[in-house]
Amino acid sequence: MSEDNQNTIGPIISIKDMNKFYDDFQALTDINLDVNVGERIVICGPSGSGKSTLIRCLNRLEAHQSGSVNVNGVELHQHMKNIDKVRSEVGMVFQHFNLFPHMTILENCTAGPMWVNNMPPSDAHEMAMSYLNRVKIPEQANKYPAQLSGGQQQRVAIARSLCMNPKVMLFDEPTSALDPEMVSEVLDTMTDLAESGMTMICVTHEMGFAKRVADRVIFMDEGKIIESNDPIAFFENPQSDRTKKFLSQVLVH
Amino acid sequence: MIQDTVTDEVLLRKPKFIAFLFSIILLCFFIIDPSQSIMGELLEPALGDPEKSGIYGHFITSFMLSALLVLNLLAISFIPRFRFQVIVVWVQLLILFLSFFYSFDLSFVFIRSKIWFMITQGIFTTLYVSAISIVIASFIAIIGAIAKMSSNGFAFAIASFYTSFFRGLPLLMQVYLIYLGLPQIGYVIDAVPAGIIALSLCYGAYMTEIFRAGIMSIDAGQWEGSRALGFKFSLIMRKIILPQSIPLIIPPTGNQFIAMLKDSSLVSVIGVWELMFLARTLGNKTFNHMEMLITAAMLYWMMTMVLELIQSRIERKYQKRQSR
Ligand SMILES: Nc1ncnc2c1ncn2[C@@H]1O[C@H](COP(=O)(O)OP(=O)(O)OP(=O)(O)O)[C@@H](O)[C@H]1O
Ligand SMILES: [Mg+2]
Repeated sequence: MSEDNQNTIGPIISIKDMNKFYDDFQALTDINLDVNVGERIVICGPSGSGKSTLIRCLNRLEAHQSGSVNVNGVELHQHMKNIDKVRSEVGMVFQHFNLFPHMTILENCTAGPMWVNNMPPSDAHEMAMSYLNRVKIPEQANKYPAQLSGGQQQRVAIARSLCMNPKVMLFDEPTSALDPEMVSEVLDTMTDLAESGMTMICVTHEMGFAKRVADRVIFMDEGKIIESNDPIAFFENPQSDRTKKFLSQVLVH
Repeated sequence: MIQDTVTDEVLLRKPKFIAFLFSIILLCFFIIDPSQSIMGELLEPALGDPEKSGIYGHFITSFMLSALLVLNLLAISFIPRFRFQVIVVWVQLLILFLSFFYSFDLSFVFIRSKIWFMITQGIFTTLYVSAISIVIASFIAIIGAIAKMSSNGFAFAIASFYTSFFRGLPLLMQVYLIYLGLPQIGYVIDAVPAGIIALSLCYGAYMTEIFRAGIMSIDAGQWEGSRALGFKFSLIMRKIILPQSIPLIIPPTGNQFIAMLKDSSLVSVIGVWELMFLARTLGNKTFNHMEMLITAAMLYWMMTMVLELIQSRIERKYQKRQSR
């Protein structure tokens, strides 16, 4: 059974009855979610509702306690052998970029392909430059992260993930740490990526982005998925009161 | 510390304080009785034989000394620049210090005949024993730090036992235990390796905490970012975490090296021919103990001064790099 065949047939991510605890505190309750190849999902919800926790369970930065999480045909659990392989196929972009400050932009991008995939340096270099081109900052390649603006750093972080040729990209509030004038450059990059057919799961409060790009919007509260719908239905006709309340709060300004 | 822009009035400008200071100093001198000192000799024409001048001579000598000291302090307080003040005080202390040694009536011929050997043999051994030990200690510290942070109970237990033990025993005792203890279990060991092992183990235990603090201070985001790319633990440690903690680790490690340089004198007890050993033994035959001890003391002092200079350079360099 080849993993590559599997993901073209079934969902690339499949979560079943998943529960997640931090000690006694239940952060996620009975999560069920399938994500198909090429699907673009936006997750929103109030602070503390478990959005970050959910997507961090998808590359096992966090462990779940019951139910199953299946990524690209591989079941995630504590004793799995090939977590590094799964992680290398799942790109993740963080709120605070998490670039490596002691390495140049180019080194940040080539590190993954060279160290994990054993790609020859020249190939890694070439690929890194092509992705830096795509996020429109090839001229910064030899600078250090601290020399770039927040928006540029986040685009580098996206390029760094793309260099691993991921099958899925996870975004955890990629624009929340940015000054307002830099938000759009990052959202444009993400829109671009969506148009290229990448499977994406984005936690974000940018409702404009959700309307434009998402195939499905998921609303979470108190560790549960409250509502999941296509963007038009989600915004025009929210089902639950909690969704309505949340939307009235984020859409007002 | 940040200096205020408004300074208090200089104490030494207040006549009351000067009088108070003078009487205190006078009292001190009077108690220790300086009539046999150089000042007593200088005053001999006026007071006669210091041995016989009695309480009167005793008082006059004390008075003269106190006056000299207070005048000197006053003069220093009038030096306008901080830098010059520091230099003048240093030079005065140094002269005092040296004249103190000089008064021992040292044989400089003897010192000159031995000093080259003390440098080539003593300083050389001290430096290389310390250098090898600090390198080994650093390796131990990395492993110790990782073990202390691990969730593996076995690793944590070993590491904490090790640090507790080697930080809990006097270094001198560790030196003896290793040198005399290893042969007991059938492993005869030379003095130099025994000394290096003792110093490495002891300092490795202290430096474990330095390394642990350095590693812990790296933002958790660096771990998550690396893991998300599929890096394995050893790769993350080598390429991401350690390179970032090294700038934090190097300055305190430099301090440890300076401390070790002096602590390496303890391995002289098992007959390693380093500086302290030579200081104790070279003067034995001719009873020139003081000469050798003072020479070694000066050599230690000079070595640490040079190292402290280098250390502050390194520290400044890394501070600059951090603020980039
Ligand atoms: N490491 C942790 N230990 C204990 N509790 C945690 C931990 N991380 C998160 N939590 C708790 O889990 C819940 C969900 O947290 P999570 O970070 O997933 O929320 P979120 O929806 O991403 O919120 P935000 O919008 O503020 O990022 C919160 O109540 C939080 O306090
Ligand atoms: Mg979050």
